[in-house]
Amino acid sequence: MKNLILLFLALLLLPVVSQAAIEEYAFEEEVQEERFKQLTYEMRCPKCLNSNIAGSDAPIAADLRKEVYDQILEGRTDQEILDFMSSRYGDFILYRPRLTAGTLVLWFGPALLLLGGIIIVRRMMLQSQDAATETGLTQKEQEELDKLLDRD
Amino acid sequence: MIPELGNFSLVLALSLAVLLSVVPMIGVQKNNELLMTLSRPLCTGVWVFMVISFGCLAYAFLDDDFSVAYVASNSNSLLPVYYKFTAVWGGHEGSLLLWVLMVASWTYAVSLFSRNLPLDILARVLAVMGIISVSFLLFMLFTSNPFDRLLLNTPADGTDLNPLLQDFGIIVHPPFLYMGYVGFSVAFAFAITALLSGKMDAAWARWTKPWTNAAWAFLTIGIALGSWWAYYELGWGGWWFWDPSENVAFMPWLVGTALIHSLSVTEKRGVFKSWTALLAIAAFSLSLLGTFIIRSGLLTSVHAFAVDPERGMVLMAIILLVIGSSLFLYALRAPVVKGIASYTATSREVFLLINNIILVVSVAMILLGTLYPLIHEAIYGEANKVSVGAPYFNAIFLPLMGLIVIFLSIGSISRWKKTSMDYLKSQLLKVAVASVLLGIVIPLVVTREVNVPIFIAVALALWIILGIGRDILTKTANKASLLEGLKSLSLSYYGMQIAHLGMAVIILGVCLTSHYSIEEDVRLAPGEQIEIGKYTFTFQGVNREPGPNYAADVGTIEVQKNNTTYMTLYPEKRTYFATGTVQTEADIDVGFTRDLFAALGDPRGDGAWVVRLHVKPFVFWIWMGAFLMAAGGITAILDRRYRVREVRQQETVTKTPGAMGSLKGA
Amino acid sequence: MSDQSPKNNMRLKLFVPVAVFLILSGLFFFGLTRDPNVVPSALVDRPLPEFTQPSLYPEEGVFSKQELLGDILLVNIWGSWCPPCHAEHPFFLEISETENDITMVGISYDYSMEEDRLFLEERGNPFDYNVVDLDGSLRIDLGVTGAPETFLVDQNGMILHRHIGAIDSIIWKDIFVPFLEQIR
Repeated sequence: MKNLILLFLALLLLPVVSQAAIEEYAFEEEVQEERFKQLTYEMRCPKCLNSNIAGSDAPIAADLRKEVYDQILEGRTDQEILDFMSSRYGDFILYRPRLTAGTLVLWFGPALLLLGGIIIVRRMMLQSQDAATETGLTQKEQEELDKLLDRD
Repeated sequence: MIPELGNFSLVLALSLAVLLSVVPMIGVQKNNELLMTLSRPLCTGVWVFMVISFGCLAYAFLDDDFSVAYVASNSNSLLPVYYKFTAVWGGHEGSLLLWVLMVASWTYAVSLFSRNLPLDILARVLAVMGIISVSFLLFMLFTSNPFDRLLLNTPADGTDLNPLLQDFGIIVHPPFLYMGYVGFSVAFAFAITALLSGKMDAAWARWTKPWTNAAWAFLTIGIALGSWWAYYELGWGGWWFWDPSENVAFMPWLVGTALIHSLSVTEKRGVFKSWTALLAIAAFSLSLLGTFIIRSGLLTSVHAFAVDPERGMVLMAIILLVIGSSLFLYALRAPVVKGIASYTATSREVFLLINNIILVVSVAMILLGTLYPLIHEAIYGEANKVSVGAPYFNAIFLPLMGLIVIFLSIGSISRWKKTSMDYLKSQLLKVAVASVLLGIVIPLVVTREVNVPIFIAVALALWIILGIGRDILTKTANKASLLEGLKSLSLSYYGMQIAHLGMAVIILGVCLTSHYSIEEDVRLAPGEQIEIGKYTFTFQGVNREPGPNYAADVGTIEVQKNNTTYMTLYPEKRTYFATGTVQTEADIDVGFTRDLFAALGDPRGDGAWVVRLHVKPFVFWIWMGAFLMAAGGITAILDRRYRVREVRQQETVTKTPGAMGSLKGA
Repeated sequence: MSDQSPKNNMRLKLFVPVAVFLILSGLFFFGLTRDPNVVPSALVDRPLPEFTQPSLYPEEGVFSKQELLGDILLVNIWGSWCPPCHAEHPFFLEISETENDITMVGISYDYSMEEDRLFLEERGNPFDYNVVDLDGSLRIDLGVTGAPETFLVDQNGMILHRHIGAIDSIIWKDIFVPFLEQIR
């Protein structure tokens, strides 16, 4: 019996893929509704595996949606609402990581890599041109030659 | 008895796979033809025993043999028969069995369809694939055997298959996904063989290309099915969430895309050889990493495999061995396969290289974003966890894709070795102007609003589509008629253009859906109506209806368009008996230009319910585009040049400078 | 193009993939020792948030933070609808007997005050204070993710630890007792 209870508990504690939460929230202005959608889309449900509070039916996600709704109606800005949430749930709740020293690599790493890639392509282009023009012409001369050849 | 037979077949398959990974290698080493020839019957043997083993597990499911632990935790006597069969791969152990069955199947397929391969190359390729089979068979037998019995207290009934998985889309999703993942093992094996033998020429690329295309096409379909499933089953109307389980499938797909392009260069021009080899290793390595990340529970994901860190450790050890040794081999042997060729700054080679670089940067970005929570935790400690989600990935991935689309048309229109700027201009200037103008005018006329992201997306899609048209016109210009011209184009050319068209279709689908979807969550009493766009939804109430292993609340929502009844949607909310899980089943009317989506929320008394209603324009195009891409990949395989059994390989081997370099490099 | 042999340079570059992979592997090994589902509270080492909430028993009026401060607090978020809360309940009854210097505060994650009262009546009430969080504001201020959750608060009102899930004697001994030893 005790084993059964433990099994039951284990099942309950097992995080389940959360399904959409469907609720009716009425807004006066369309902008507010858009902000509500955006904010609940960008906040991570703290209880669930990996879903935003818009897409979770966990009780806490419902609480947080209501909180976001109330704060929007109270006239708080998006930033204020996000700060409110992250001071209680940590940066964990933000799906869009803040730009801090710890996330510099995250935000700018890809651009740096792309830059590195461009440099590699550039160098290969120059090298290949050398190889392609075994005639010993300079790049400029080669271009002129190409133009002449392309004319007809 | 049957489960024991399955277990025994697994052991037999393992023994044969061990032989397969050793004997042909010795054969190549000693130049012993008999040992090399043995590779073929050995992989037939491995495949046959894997099929038997899989059949035994399927039998245990259909027979409701709950003494098998895996069956007991993934099935139930009330489960419909077709779900009993698909439950075979519904959990970790069974899906691993499917995974290994697919390795064996690809290996067997290579042995069947590569009669024109030189024996030493075939022997090595099959042996490398044998090594992969051995590793995963060992992993399965020692940590995750699907045939383990619960002999002492056999449960009277099973705990049931996860209700989320009781669905057609998810039934076919894993087989396609694994076919893709595992399919890259063929390109991987070819790359390892090339590195070992030092031979990597046009013929090599030609052998590798169809296998890569096939794996890539499977993966495309697998990913599309997964996203389709998320769209209608999770009930939030989204179709991509950048969850780790999606990312780990997307990364090998992107690398596979790069590999297909780089293989073309290697085939046609004999360059980028070591890069191609690296991509081939990377595509399969990322597939393995994906398997590891999801099954070890390394990251929090919506994907729910029962997680076991010990398994994670064993899997990690396998991956360290397989990937680590192949990358090490690459580092040592890559100079051997280096190609020498000449091309200029505006050649097709260079544009494809740019494509490759953007794709690889995208992969690096996704890997970084997916693992960043872990990296951050390693540096800043557990107390400062961060999350990286859709807003980050979208912000970086979308510009990269925009960039790649710009080069897509340039690359596919330009010529090998050397393309003059004037030629590019003559081909593309009008296309560019037309796509920018139409990209602005069409949305403006249709919607009468200024929406810059839409302008950009439509222009990019047109840039691809008009570019394709332009190129086909140019290529058929000197033929007697357009029809004759079209006939003269090769299937691999058509494959490329179909896949590129698929990309344009996806861009349109993604952008139009994200910007023009209308979503309403409303409380409706029976008889109440709501107008969304051109449609009027009338709620007719909810009835209780029985299902095979669940009871459902079924809503009836009538849809009217132009005041005439148009169709009726029946969204369900199911309660499964075995687990008590409540599951929302959205009802979707799929259409070419729009989907109508309805899902049930909670009852609000007096027969009123909260209902989610979406009108999603062009969302179908996302999956249509993916399907086109896969179709393109398959079309290219059918090209004659991959089937002709010429003895030209011998020629090319000696002609290519790379092959001669092998002596020096070794 | 350095002065040194470009060939060697080239060779070294080829080791970049294997190096990247080894770094990744290191990260994975680190990751395997962690539980990704553990999310630490952002409120640890910060003061218990201010609140004024009604009692579960209307005749007791409202409680605010100031009234509770002074003792070590064990703040438990629970609900009669929550099975793991049932599981930890007997252990809380035990502590309320043995650990006399701890003030136990129950915050009911409310769905039905009636059922909560009934539950405590039938199975015993381990809590010195019973607070209801009707509007959900207190649980959001506490960064609660669900029930049950338990906060250990020191005599000055600083939050020392947050535990997610049911508590039993083993968890108590391993996790809570070391904290208690520090502040007693």
